[in-house]
Amino acid sequence: MYRSHVLVCGGTGCTSSGSTQIAEKLISEIQRQGLSKEVAVVKTGCHGLCALGPIMIVYPEAVFYSMVKLEDIPEIVEEHLLKGRPVERLVYQETVESGGIKSLKDTDFYRNQHRIALRNCGVINPENIDEYIGTRGYEALGKVLTEMTPDQVIQTILDSGLRGRGGAGFPTGMKWKFASGNRGNVQKYVCCNADEGDPGAFMDRSVLEGDPHVVLEAMAIAGYAIGASQGYIYVRAEYPIAVERLKIALAQAREYGLLGKDIFGSGFDFDIDLRLGAGAFVCGEETALMTSIEGNRGEPRPRPPFPAVKGLFESPTILNNVETYANIPQIILNGADWFASMGTEKSKGTKVFALGGKINNTGLVEIPMGTTLRTVIEEIGGGIPNGKRFKAAQTGGPSGGCIPAEHMDIPIDYDNLLSIGSMMGSGGLIVMDEDNCMVDIAKFFLEFTVDESCGKCTPCRIGTKRMYEILDKITKGQGTLADIDKLEELAYYIKDNALCGLGQTAPNPVLSTLRYFRDEYIAHVVDKKCPAGVCKSLLTYKIDPEKCKGCTLCARNCPAGAISGSVKEPHVIDPAKCVKCGACMEKCRFNAIYKD
Amino acid sequence: MEKQTASFQGTPRQEQELLAAIQELRGDKGCLMPIMQRAQEIYGYLPKEVQKIIADQLEIPMEKVYGVATFYSQFNLYPKGKYQISVCLGTACYVKGSGEIYNKLMELLGIKGGECTPDGKFSLDACRCVGACGLAPVMMINEEVYGRLTVEELPGILEKYK
Repeated sequence: MYRSHVLVCGGTGCTSSGSTQIAEKLISEIQRQGLSKEVAVVKTGCHGLCALGPIMIVYPEAVFYSMVKLEDIPEIVEEHLLKGRPVERLVYQETVESGGIKSLKDTDFYRNQHRIALRNCGVINPENIDEYIGTRGYEALGKVLTEMTPDQVIQTILDSGLRGRGGAGFPTGMKWKFASGNRGNVQKYVCCNADEGDPGAFMDRSVLEGDPHVVLEAMAIAGYAIGASQGYIYVRAEYPIAVERLKIALAQAREYGLLGKDIFGSGFDFDIDLRLGAGAFVCGEETALMTSIEGNRGEPRPRPPFPAVKGLFESPTILNNVETYANIPQIILNGADWFASMGTEKSKGTKVFALGGKINNTGLVEIPMGTTLRTVIEEIGGGIPNGKRFKAAQTGGPSGGCIPAEHMDIPIDYDNLLSIGSMMGSGGLIVMDEDNCMVDIAKFFLEFTVDESCGKCTPCRIGTKRMYEILDKITKGQGTLADIDKLEELAYYIKDNALCGLGQTAPNPVLSTLRYFRDEYIAHVVDKKCPAGVCKSLLTYKIDPEKCKGCTLCARNCPAGAISGSVKEPHVIDPAKCVKCGACMEKCRFNAIYKD
Repeated sequence: MEKQTASFQGTPRQEQELLAAIQELRGDKGCLMPIMQRAQEIYGYLPKEVQKIIADQLEIPMEKVYGVATFYSQFNLYPKGKYQISVCLGTACYVKGSGEIYNKLMELLGIKGGECTPDGKFSLDACRCVGACGLAPVMMINEEVYGRLTVEELPGILEKYK
């Protein structure tokens, strides 16, 4: 028995900020101070507060250290772990209050969260199956195999109201029901979509890194429900830590007899294979993903037939997203009513969002459906940095849209987001402030789609390219009002005619910015101005002679030699030479340089 | 158009490793991509010669292997050099003459952008802004950043890696 556990985050975010070295140093320091038998170091998955990494938590008192540095480790070990006095100076300051340190659960970041899918992330060691079992892991699988019929399992998922967390929000139980006919007589497959490709989304990665067994358990439950004996997890090759932990988890589950033949002596066989993607965004689309597992170019195919009828290797197949699976064991254990009691009328449970962009607490949060965007941004996210004004939040990545300030109080759920022209998407939530140009954002997403279009159908292959060209023209100040009309017309055409979800949703970033920020488009086209000061062709850098002290710093840092002036005299930028790189503005210590 | 690149220099040992991998995986449904991923681990890239071995072993047309290789961005058809040179062709670097730097490197190395020298030492690519506009023009050799470059310095810099 250890009297204290130190949890060090081993997610991708914290690993990039050096948590592996922190854990090593911690272990050696604990050894040096003779505490090896009393204090254990556990590497966990993501805690969510990626902005504060590397992160570590000391239990049982749950003291949260953020941005830990190697040189602080000896002090933490000696003061806190040996003498029992938390090093207040190094503790996450949000948790420090007069009279002591409060629990992490009471901070703004965690108070409004409700963790179901992320239940074990940051709590258990993901490389140890016993820790998962210790938090009621594989109990749900045992329950369905010994106490429930497959139809009861499906009914429970149906009753819970769980909808697909990958973006489209199709009821999970319906999918399972469609694939459940002919049990035992035909080969069927259970697939897990872990090809998380939206820029700025990392929910699935965190679940796989922090709690891989939950996905395996849920897939086995799904296999039992529809009568499949084989599963596939299709995971991005760009997630090496997740792949490694899945491999470890699969080996452990097989060793414990929780995967393989005759699980729990029930006669039910189920095993899972891992398949790695190879860098194609379109493979996140369900039919493309299956085509890719089959060993082909990952191109989508028309539906129907739907995968539940004819999917992987022409067999009935269900495909769910990682986060969807992460909810399943809890629904089985706690019942459909428990799950359905959370959320809104048509969107039950919780949703995980990856907060990014212009927000103080970047990281991962899980909130009950129906929470408002305002709560997410102002309370959990800690607001916008540098006192800037909120402009919009972008959800759903390249398939989604933006939510402007006027809709900040709408409860977040599938249907509400659709009704305001955005979508739930897989959960990327990028916050933008007054310095972001919405035309530029639309262009950014279209460039992404053009790059990732598989080329199979014409509307997507050629249409998105034309849309990108028009946007490029507008950001360069060469657009006309007729271009905006053409852009809109093309957008609706592609939406109606593209073959798969990628193409059908590609115009969304344009349509939603046109809906809420048409004035910005007009400003680019008519006034030839970029109101946010982003589009380089439409702005000029100027020096305010009142503020310029003539320190020459800007002139020395200008890569183009465009700034001239004598020492202690106001400087001038030559617009003909200026390349608008912004280096001068960053260097100026007197805020004398501005964009016009 | 055929790109100039290091000629294929697979060893018998690599081939053996590949054949063993194919043997191990060939029974699995949809084994082509896993095999190609293993092949790329073994060889570092997927030249035609390797694609041919895979196609022959699996008794499928090479067109199929090539089709998969070109669809996914993680499969490399050409080797990357031991030293990967990326020249920033972002705006700030470009006006400060990174285009000339790029041209001079092509001349010095005798290859075009996207290619690799025949000895496998250097590969050359253009890249977008690396965010070091103050140092323009900039190039990177593997992780090392070189700033405020002049054409005259280039032979000396390359010499360090030879």
